[in-house]
Amino acid sequence: MGSLFRSEEMALCQLFLQSESAYTCVSELGELGLVQFRDLNPDVNAFQRKFVNEVRRCDEMERKLRYLEREIRKDGIPVLDTGENPEAPMPREMIDLEATFEKLENELKEVNSNAEALKRNYLELTELKHILKKTQAFFDEREGSLEAGGQTSLTQNLLPEDSKGPIQLGFVAGVILRERIPAFERMLWRACRGNVFLRQAIIEDPLEDPVTGEQVYKSVFIIFFQGDQLKMRVKKICEGFRATMYPCPEAPADRREMAMGVKTRLDDLNTVLSQTQDHRHRVLVSAARNIRAWMMKVWKIKSIYYTLNMFNLDVIQNGLIAECWIPVANLEDVQLALRRGTEKSGSLPAILNRLNTVEAPPTFHRTNKFTKAFQALIDSYGVATYREINPAPYTIITFPFLFAVMFGDLGHGIIMALFGAWMVWREKPLSAKKTDNEIWNIFFGGRYIILLMGLFSMYTGFIYNDVFSKALNIFGSAWHVRSYNESTIMSNKELTLNPGDVQQYDQYPYPFGLDPMWQISSNKINYYNSYKMKISIIFGIIHMLFGVILSVWNYKFFNKQISIYCEFIPQILFLSCLFVYLVLLVFHKWVWYGAGGDVSVSPSCAPSILITFINMVLMKGYENRPDDDCSPYMYAGQFGFQRFLVVVAVICVPWMLFAKPFLIHRNNKRKQMMVQANGGEGVVEEGGETSTVPHEEHDMSEIMIHQGIHTIEYVLGSVSHTASYLRLWALSLAHAQLSEVLWSMVLSIGLTSGSDGGGGGVVMYFIFAAWASLTIAILVLMEGLSAFLHTLRLHWVEFQSKFYSGSGYAFVPFAFETILDQAENAIVET
Amino acid sequence: MKICGPKLSLCCTLLSVWGIVQLALMGLFFAIRSPAFIEDLSIPEEAHHDARTFLDAMDDSYSLIAKNCGIAAALYAVTLVISGWQVWVNNKS
Repeated sequence: MGSLFRSEEMALCQLFLQSESAYTCVSELGELGLVQFRDLNPDVNAFQRKFVNEVRRCDEMERKLRYLEREIRKDGIPVLDTGENPEAPMPREMIDLEATFEKLENELKEVNSNAEALKRNYLELTELKHILKKTQAFFDEREGSLEAGGQTSLTQNLLPEDSKGPIQLGFVAGVILRERIPAFERMLWRACRGNVFLRQAIIEDPLEDPVTGEQVYKSVFIIFFQGDQLKMRVKKICEGFRATMYPCPEAPADRREMAMGVKTRLDDLNTVLSQTQDHRHRVLVSAARNIRAWMMKVWKIKSIYYTLNMFNLDVIQNGLIAECWIPVANLEDVQLALRRGTEKSGSLPAILNRLNTVEAPPTFHRTNKFTKAFQALIDSYGVATYREINPAPYTIITFPFLFAVMFGDLGHGIIMALFGAWMVWREKPLSAKKTDNEIWNIFFGGRYIILLMGLFSMYTGFIYNDVFSKALNIFGSAWHVRSYNESTIMSNKELTLNPGDVQQYDQYPYPFGLDPMWQISSNKINYYNSYKMKISIIFGIIHMLFGVILSVWNYKFFNKQISIYCEFIPQILFLSCLFVYLVLLVFHKWVWYGAGGDVSVSPSCAPSILITFINMVLMKGYENRPDDDCSPYMYAGQFGFQRFLVVVAVICVPWMLFAKPFLIHRNNKRKQMMVQANGGEGVVEEGGETSTVPHEEHDMSEIMIHQGIHTIEYVLGSVSHTASYLRLWALSLAHAQLSEVLWSMVLSIGLTSGSDGGGGGVVMYFIFAAWASLTIAILVLMEGLSAFLHTLRLHWVEFQSKFYSGSGYAFVPFAFETILDQAENAIVET
Repeated sequence: MKICGPKLSLCCTLLSVWGIVQLALMGLFFAIRSPAFIEDLSIPEEAHHDARTFLDAMDDSYSLIAKNCGIAAALYAVTLVISGWQVWVNNKS
């Protein structure tokens, strides 16, 4: 089985496929998803390849399907996702599929165009109906006078009584978009110099635009004018404003008759329209049932032909030649898949041939849903070089742990762990729900990381004894204030508890984590800083040391014995002599110095480790004053031992710098001597020799520069990286302080406000909601993000720089699964 | 009857579950005079001069805050019932 420690062994294989069976074989390999094909014709552009025609046909089918899907979505018909995964159809089925889609598309297009024509007709008729109704009102305004006036023409009634003569008024009626009315009116007034009379009425119901399908509001208008010239002008203006004009008979009887006609035609149209809609719906519903499967089939066919395009043609044997990377562990599976493929098409078997190559194979880590996210963290820095040690398995533990050192709070840890646990618990339904919400996808992809980070934060929260900045007193504090009387308390602002006094300190520490007494002490921060700073340096040195030790496995595996002696050993000596010694000093101080013992080991005598370390590097000694009981040294012979360590560390630097280039140079020389000794008589050798010497020189200078950079990076790096781990302390301090500030500035208001009435409870209710949302937003989300990024940096830079080169490229197998996923995501996004 | 949408009702449900748990626990801790909360008490300035009055004021403050936490927890229980019902309504429709 594959392990996560190193990437899988890969083999470059050549594949001979019969042209009849190539399609089915590739289809089987796509279902398997363990083969990465290489493009054998990189110089040939996409249009000159063999199966360009088929790819194009697939594109066409895809376009038709997408059109169908859009129509289905427009009608709000649910698309059935049965989750079935149809196999790639045989090439001959492609014609059937094409015919089906063609038929469907044509049918749909016809139905759509019919519906559009019908709708336009419908719109015209409705508009006409409204005109007849509304204009009736205009005419009716003068109806009364018509009754009195007798047989005069309708239009004449509009004119004032005194100017009634032989003049006939003409009129135009129509419908116009409501927002155009003001401009239309002004235009008419200006163009006709006020000689027309415009009346308008609003159509209350919105009308549907047949082309865009939008709801638009329109108005009916009627324009009265006199004379032909004005008529021309009015008509031109109407056309210019896209108003639709309808013939409107003058006589009321004609109008009534027309209205009746319009009404019956509208009714007929309605039935036809609903029938067309029904038909369209039926077509779409039947299409919706199959569209997912069709889509998948088309994507599969397309990807198969796309892959076939990468193959070479073998003209003599009428076959195709492919080259591909296959994990060695899966060669059998691939053979089986090929056999299935050839059986399906019933032709000669395909031949799989392993090739020898000097080319670097792709890196393939077999991950599961748990390790995937951690591998992704590593891969986003750089994909591992082929068969190099993969930091991911260690990251699974160190990542959440270092995160938790910075995020240590039981309360916040519980919130984060619950969120992670919920995502893990509801994994299946949540992953079935595809969204393009990027933030959610990031959270969901990292659900196991979030869960682990939450659990580890709960653990460090216990150690720091910190729940939303309050401490838990589970086992009973070891500190007591038994011996104070009233006058002591009243006369002192601050009182110091003496750890040496049995009355005040139990002489054994709180069983787990920090003592809860620290939470209410005034020197809490001083204590926390000293403690957290030391543990961050200890964790950092252990982390880096581990990274350096891992590099041995790389050197061993890649057979670089020389690097073990010239790089690994001086590196580890350098780190141990300076920084591991520093860690040992920390432990020594913790164990050796304390209250209640001799004066020389009392807390006041404990030397500062930082000063000790600086003096060690400067090789500065102390004077031992006879009158002082405190010794500046922590143990006997410290000065000499420290001097020895510094000398060893300094020697390591030239060792790292020169040893390896020197050994390589000597080896090269020896080889050259051998060549000269063997071929000294040959004339041909001379030419070869002159050309190799400058080449070697160039090589040597390159090796020297490379080694120099490497050494400087390591030596300076161990100093700066050690300091860099102090971010563990800094962030953890910041987190604890922020949560304390939030408590005292927000939640405390709710606690202290309110007198005896029930008002305090109501205030508390609202203040708690504010505090809870600020806790989530600032302390869990923002601080969590920042701690996450710092952890990522500690892994990428401080840890991985010790052994990881990350210069490989990822294995991207040809798999239907990933292709379908990508295609579906593309659809969701549009 | 629908009052609020699915997101708001879910948010209120989670908030009130948290509120009930934390406020009930805090009420309990105040009731048993937990010294961790000593900085959150409100003790009037004039009570600082005499030990007896100071202790009395402290005691009063502890019980008052414990009561307030209890009231707030009860209010969150009401919120939980309402928002839980809304979540149910939203799920059904």
